[in-house]
Amino acid sequence: MSKESIAYVRTELHPTLPPPASAVGPVHWIRMNLFSTWYYGVGTVVSAYLIAWLAWEIFDWAILTAVWHAKDFQDCLERYVGEPVGACWGFVDARFDQFMYGPYDPASYWRPNLTGILLIIGLLPVMFDKIPGRKITGPLMIFVFPWVATALLHGPIEMTTLQSTIGIVITLVLAVGGLFLGFRGRQQYNPGQAMLGFGITYAIAVMYFLAFGFGLDVIGTNKFGGFMLTLVLSAVAIGVSLPLGIVLALGRRANNMPLIQMLCIGFIELIRSVPLITVLFMAQFMLPLFLPEGVDFDNLIRALVGMSLFSSAYMAEVVRGGLQAIPKGQFEAADALGLNYNMSMRLVVLPQALKIVIPNIVSTFIGLFKDTTLVSIIGLLDLLLTMKQSVTSTQWLGMEHTGYIFVGSIYLVCCFGMSRYSIYLEKKLHTGHKR
Amino acid sequence: MAVEAERAGGGVSWWYDKRTRAIIMQVVVISLFVAFIGYIVNNTATNMEARGLSPGFGFMDQIAGFNPTSAEFNLTDFDVNSSTHGDVFILGLVNTLVISAIGVVLATIVGFTMGVLRLSKNPLINFLASCYVEVMRNIPLLLHIFIWYFAVWLTLPELFETIDGKRQLGAFNLFGLDMVFISQRGINYPNAILNPGWQAIPIALALAIAGIVVLAKWAKKRQDATGQPFPVLWTSIAMLIVFPVIAYLIMGGPIGWDLPEPGRFNLRGGATLPGSLMGLLLALVVYTGAFIAEAVRSGIQSVSHGQTEAAFALGLRPNITTRKVIIPQAMRVIVPPMTSQYLNLTKNSSLAVAIGYPDLVNIFTGVSLNQTGNAVEIIAMTMGVYLTISLVISLFMNWYNKSVTLVER
Repeated sequence: MSKESIAYVRTELHPTLPPPASAVGPVHWIRMNLFSTWYYGVGTVVSAYLIAWLAWEIFDWAILTAVWHAKDFQDCLERYVGEPVGACWGFVDARFDQFMYGPYDPASYWRPNLTGILLIIGLLPVMFDKIPGRKITGPLMIFVFPWVATALLHGPIEMTTLQSTIGIVITLVLAVGGLFLGFRGRQQYNPGQAMLGFGITYAIAVMYFLAFGFGLDVIGTNKFGGFMLTLVLSAVAIGVSLPLGIVLALGRRANNMPLIQMLCIGFIELIRSVPLITVLFMAQFMLPLFLPEGVDFDNLIRALVGMSLFSSAYMAEVVRGGLQAIPKGQFEAADALGLNYNMSMRLVVLPQALKIVIPNIVSTFIGLFKDTTLVSIIGLLDLLLTMKQSVTSTQWLGMEHTGYIFVGSIYLVCCFGMSRYSIYLEKKLHTGHKR
Repeated sequence: MAVEAERAGGGVSWWYDKRTRAIIMQVVVISLFVAFIGYIVNNTATNMEARGLSPGFGFMDQIAGFNPTSAEFNLTDFDVNSSTHGDVFILGLVNTLVISAIGVVLATIVGFTMGVLRLSKNPLINFLASCYVEVMRNIPLLLHIFIWYFAVWLTLPELFETIDGKRQLGAFNLFGLDMVFISQRGINYPNAILNPGWQAIPIALALAIAGIVVLAKWAKKRQDATGQPFPVLWTSIAMLIVFPVIAYLIMGGPIGWDLPEPGRFNLRGGATLPGSLMGLLLALVVYTGAFIAEAVRSGIQSVSHGQTEAAFALGLRPNITTRKVIIPQAMRVIVPPMTSQYLNLTKNSSLAVAIGYPDLVNIFTGVSLNQTGNAVEIIAMTMGVYLTISLVISLFMNWYNKSVTLVER
């Protein structure tokens, strides 16, 4: 076959043509994503209408027909005003302090405010890498902040031990002895002894600090309320549940100690299978029976005990998930290095296990934060109960919509922010094994 | 080996032996635990004696003397004059089970719908579903209950309203049929009256289900052998409808309907779902639905795209691909988190106490405890109930999970 017999042969590539107009650009995108089939088309139209309607309703309710200044409910109800009324922001404005602080003494609002500012200053470097100072504020938040916050919010705590000369002498001797033991342990490279010694001294220092506080007036826990109480409850519960949860999780995995294992499993499964409200009822009604006569806790402490026990069972399961994700080789490597149980856990296993489950810890915390509303059932004046009392008070009767939507948006903002933060953490911590 | 070396006397002292340490540790912890329990029991006994309470379950036979529920919603025929605290327990238990069962079914429907919508490629639908999930699950359940009960349900019209000095029916008459009335009080609906011979209908239903099982087995066998599919789904639906209808007709209509009739002050007849039940149910369904939607979404997303492509390559249509390839694999991932959501819903129904739905915690742990003071017994019983429910649901779901898990070599 000769070349001439072929009529036409292209020798160079045809230049690439742009795709047809119907296959690119916004028109194509709309056709593919919004109207690809008839039911997609119906869905698009219906949901576009719904979104527009919702957006308009919210805008109209929250801005256009909202009442910004009000003395009482008569300024905010249609039958008194004469025209449709949306949100009653005047009501929120008038009661704002109650929602934030509950029945706390108004002259002392600076105390929770200062605590909150300290909390934010301390937490920001821990939460975000870009802000420096994590190495300083981290330990401060764990070892100092809880007591400073107690001293600020509550004021000095009465300690019967420190009221007698014998008590003072004994505590001082113990503190000095602890220091001595601690330094000796450090000299002899005995971390257990050092920790015990410094721990004793630290505990006594905390006791003295709590007994004197900053010399502020005592504000009883029955005066705690509003959003402040919500924060106190969730902070204490998370602070207690994390260490307790780690202990329980380790206990549950201690295969060589079946009795302890059974104890931990029993506790975790019992608590996890009952509703929080029964645990709170238990703390409310059974705790007074359990304690010797004359010893009694106030309502807030009872709720704190209940919440902490409840959340530590959940935390234990989260930590257990992390422990299970650590390959056996890590445990064996720690053993091979000659580390004992405490050291291998502290230096090798737990840092890795906890790092994996930080996002889950955050979501447990979100659940805990929402669950604090349940304390209103046993009569603590948290944000929700304060709101409920306000909307049923004679001055602000019938403000349910505004009130509950206001409280709801506070929780929504907090919880949504935390869940975004946990996604951010998940991305940040997702390093190492996936390259 | 190390142990043998120690035994031979060449190793460390017994104090550093792991097993000895484990035993010592356990003995110490258990004795502390036992001492703690003993201390608590001792204190409790003293305290109860000081308060004049007698321990034990004798209180269960005492006449309760309060009315835990309304006359319209009384599932166990509770009678104020003769019913005991034991009957309060039964009533609360039944009410808890009722709301949990309805809630689980509805929340599953809502959750699956929303989870699938959230995966839609249509950005508008996707946005709406995401908004639903994010808003609903980030608001505390108790607030949901307050909103759905106080701010939504209680803004419905009253059963009877006085307009221009005349009392008239204010309730919303559904479809104008004079059968279902919706008002603040709740939903009034026709009640079934079982006349003799009604047993034929459940029997027919059971027969239909048995028939469907046999049919499905036969259809599968035939498809395996010949490749001929059989429309099992449509046949099953037809059987489920036709069998009871035939039974109903043969027995001459053994089920009558007691319609709610507007009287002067009340609706006569029919049955009622009280407003507190509806408020609680709406809150539970909307809240749990959002969590189930997340479980469903992550489950479907966990099925790799290669599976869809492989199914298409085999020539399966999208509908069958979803039903036979994606859903079965997704269920493996969905079932465990959904189980815990079912458990959560059951436990969360105890928040009924906030709006007065007569569930176990509200009437037994709340009112009975206040009246009798037997805190230990009552709280232990309540916890036992929830523990049992949890165990039963997890056992069932574990069994189901086992049937859908991947069988590997």
